[in-house]
Amino acid sequence: MNDFPLLTLTIWLPILGGLVVLANGEKSRDLSRWTALAFATLTFLVSLGLWIGFDASTAQMQFVERSPWIPTFNVEYFLGVDGISMPLIVLTTFITIFVVIAGWEVIKYKQTQYLAAFLIMDGIMVGVFSALDAVLFYVFWEAMLIPMFIIIGVWGGPNRVYATIKFFLYTFFGSVFMLIALIYMYFQSGSFSILDFHSLQLGMTAQTLIFIAFLLAFAVKVPMFPVHTWLPDAHVEAPTGGSVILAAIMLKIGGYGFLRFSLPITPDASASLDWLIIALSLIAIVYIGFVALVQQDMKKLIAYSSIAHMGFVTLGFFIVFSILANPAVDSGSVMGIEGGMVQMISHGFISGALFLCVGVLYDRVHSREIADYGGVINTMPWFGAFMVYFAMANAGLPGTSGFVGEFMVILATFKADFWWAFLAATTLILAAAFTLWMVKRVVFGEVKNEKVAALADLDIRERINLGVLAAAVLALGLWPAPLMNVMHATVENLVTQVSVCKLPDAERGQCELMRPEAVAAVAVRSE
Amino acid sequence: MSFDAANLLPILPEIAVLVTASTVLVLDLYLEERNKGLNHSLSLLGLVVALLLTGFVGGGETQILFDGNLVRDAMSDLLKGAILVVSLLAFIYARPWLKDRGMLVGEFYVLGLLAVLGMLIMVSANSFLTLYLGLELQALSLYALVAFERDSKRGAEAAMKYFVLGALGSGMLLYGISMVYGATGSIELGPVAQAIAEQGMSNKVLVFGIVFMVIGIGFKFGAVPFHMWVPDIYEGAPTPAVLILGSAPKIAAFALAVRILIDAMQGLHADWRDMLVILAVLSMGLGNLVAIAQSNIKRMLAYSTISHVGFIFLGLLAGSDQGYAAAMFYSIVYAVMATGAFGILIILSRTGFDAERLEDLKGLNDRDPWYAAMMALVMFSMAGVPPTVGFMAKLLVLEAVVRIDMVWLALVAVFFSIIGAFYYLRVVKYIYFDKPAEDAPVLATTGGVRVAMTFNGLSLLALGMFPAALLTLCQSAFV
Repeated sequence: MNDFPLLTLTIWLPILGGLVVLANGEKSRDLSRWTALAFATLTFLVSLGLWIGFDASTAQMQFVERSPWIPTFNVEYFLGVDGISMPLIVLTTFITIFVVIAGWEVIKYKQTQYLAAFLIMDGIMVGVFSALDAVLFYVFWEAMLIPMFIIIGVWGGPNRVYATIKFFLYTFFGSVFMLIALIYMYFQSGSFSILDFHSLQLGMTAQTLIFIAFLLAFAVKVPMFPVHTWLPDAHVEAPTGGSVILAAIMLKIGGYGFLRFSLPITPDASASLDWLIIALSLIAIVYIGFVALVQQDMKKLIAYSSIAHMGFVTLGFFIVFSILANPAVDSGSVMGIEGGMVQMISHGFISGALFLCVGVLYDRVHSREIADYGGVINTMPWFGAFMVYFAMANAGLPGTSGFVGEFMVILATFKADFWWAFLAATTLILAAAFTLWMVKRVVFGEVKNEKVAALADLDIRERINLGVLAAAVLALGLWPAPLMNVMHATVENLVTQVSVCKLPDAERGQCELMRPEAVAAVAVRSE
Repeated sequence: MSFDAANLLPILPEIAVLVTASTVLVLDLYLEERNKGLNHSLSLLGLVVALLLTGFVGGGETQILFDGNLVRDAMSDLLKGAILVVSLLAFIYARPWLKDRGMLVGEFYVLGLLAVLGMLIMVSANSFLTLYLGLELQALSLYALVAFERDSKRGAEAAMKYFVLGALGSGMLLYGISMVYGATGSIELGPVAQAIAEQGMSNKVLVFGIVFMVIGIGFKFGAVPFHMWVPDIYEGAPTPAVLILGSAPKIAAFALAVRILIDAMQGLHADWRDMLVILAVLSMGLGNLVAIAQSNIKRMLAYSTISHVGFIFLGLLAGSDQGYAAAMFYSIVYAVMATGAFGILIILSRTGFDAERLEDLKGLNDRDPWYAAMMALVMFSMAGVPPTVGFMAKLLVLEAVVRIDMVWLALVAVFFSIIGAFYYLRVVKYIYFDKPAEDAPVLATTGGVRVAMTFNGLSLLALGMFPAALLTLCQSAFV
């Protein structure tokens, strides 16, 4: 690998861009808009360099940058990506472009600050995905809250103050306990490097407590049932761009946390508590699916659908342990995690696109109520086509990216337990029911009222915006191989990591109960 | 006691502040009304000179001066520097407020400078006597500053309360000192520490003495249950006085605690640790909970101070060098944050109007985006959200607590800081999410204030991103 600090550039370029945009002031809208777009695009191009230069054959961290930050506590500015984080970084920089474009006309109040907030957000999120030092990770993780708090609070809907404070406090609550866990592990390992945490031997009690601390942090972010209640509020009140970033990327950060922290650091606690995560995931899929069915508000509906879809992600991540526990099943664990990953990327595209669609309607009619629409396709054929397409993708239509991830996760779950898979598969019906029913009521039918009759179809900017996302959804659905290739080595390595018992010798018997393979793996190692 | 160069040189910063205070005192008599601004310039000059001298005489081996009454060590160098910088900022912020009200008179600066002198002496005290003298010099100046607005009934009431309770606190401290003196036969920190090491815990009088000293420290910090004076005085005193008494004295109080608890009483750590645990938990709990109910921002910041004191105690009670360094880092950072917060309140005030209610911050972003951003930085920093330095300070303190296996205490601390986040966020909400009141004028401030506020706000960000330098300095004070 060359020494060019590509990750640093991807993190700080958009933040610098945000500052430049801020410095423009409110005088020239055009100047700030184009500057913001230029920086967002440039960041995306730079992050493409990560994809191109990525070596998919290894699970090692790549593009590593390491220099001391707070030497007395062994805290480092330590960056690096593997097959899990790299695609998420590219997704982040990609989605940010659409967010900038989506705010082009509609944001009238302090547009400069709006755009700057999203650019800064972009850099911080890339930082979360690439940080390999726990303190650095935590700094980015929490710093993310500040721009989002302001985005929802300033440009949000009528109930925005309630929503944004709820959002901030929920996530803050989740993460401070993680901080204590990180400090605890620092004293165990002597460094804040996440990779050192991975090889840290921890007793069952410590693992369980750390696992719970992580669970609090990540479950709120994902969000999992029952700590999901901030999400519908935040989504409904957030401006379109905020919803897109929330759904497309911030939720993924929770999922990413499970893969980077929970699974490799506390594999034994994860194995013994996997039933909890699986149960919560299934509740999210089934129960939240029903909740989505009765929503009157389009954004709320998509928000609940996001929770249900993220249930698939966590299910895929934790089904691994049931598969490992059953010696008769020899494959599927990699598939579960990969399925979850694909689902995350795909959900990033689809939910982002759906929120953009709702944003298009909201900009014109200023209502998100399903009941206020009907027969939109008569006045907005372009829009109708996109909306139907993304709705299909959301329901998991084969050929779109929504199908790939769900299918892989269901398949992996089948290997573990038929009834779990059965429950998970109900989503194919439920998701179809709630999305298509919404589409039926909004897009099809007679023109409902004069507001709908007066609608203007998508302009060229909106068409490009949605068109590119549609192409991405289709491409990932038809040919997911490049994405899978990139992450395959890393995920295999991760599965090896979780199948190794990390308990001290005295407690090793517990591993045998949970993962017979695991002890075997250790035995082979010690020879 | 000899007044030769070897003794006088290291206290040049104190001498500079004293000379400035005396000069202003005399000069003010001969100044015409329109030239009163000279007081201000002269005071700033004095502080800058003192700051430079601190750097000049600082560094190197610990020096014991004046037969063991004063000391100049790594800690005093850093704390003096911090006190001077914070006071400098406070003086700059205070000027427009004083000018608008025709109060730009010498007394304010004389009292302010004497308070700074008192703090400097506390920081470099090496015996209980100098410690107490410094403390009283600071306290008496501050009592007078609180009553500075002569026609204000609230100010007079606050000053009275402050005086009575402050005297009570000092009395407790003095009582404790007398007991320790009785038990150890010395008021110098070094010999006291030695005597304690020899006789250990056996002496009941000693333990009794330490209880009173901790109470005295608790009073000066404003830790629960000795906090009652804090909110009333913050609310009643004129904002410039709060600016001075709410910031740098926290650093001096930290020095007081270190000199007493660590330099003299390290041997009794096991005793005072548990006392500090109680004070810390109560302070964090009550401070954060009650702050939520406040609609007066000065009162809110008073309760916020109380909760921050809890965090400073966490570092102290850890009893390790890392813990002390963390507490020191926290105190300095807190003083900088508090100066920024009260500075903004002064900027928002104008003739005949004091910004005091949370509503007064409404729509600051519309009125002046830059000050809004600085205030938001201060608030996020107080809440402990990265990348601001408030997070780093909390991280270091928590680290020290987890290091001594008191994970439960760390959990309590983070739990209360979640609660605390709410009222800081509420301030940000007023700044960014609300529209300004109809009659809110454009903020007109002189360049100096803007520069100072920019420095103040951005330093919170810069220290948060690059904490290593300050942290190393703090740690070098405890090796």
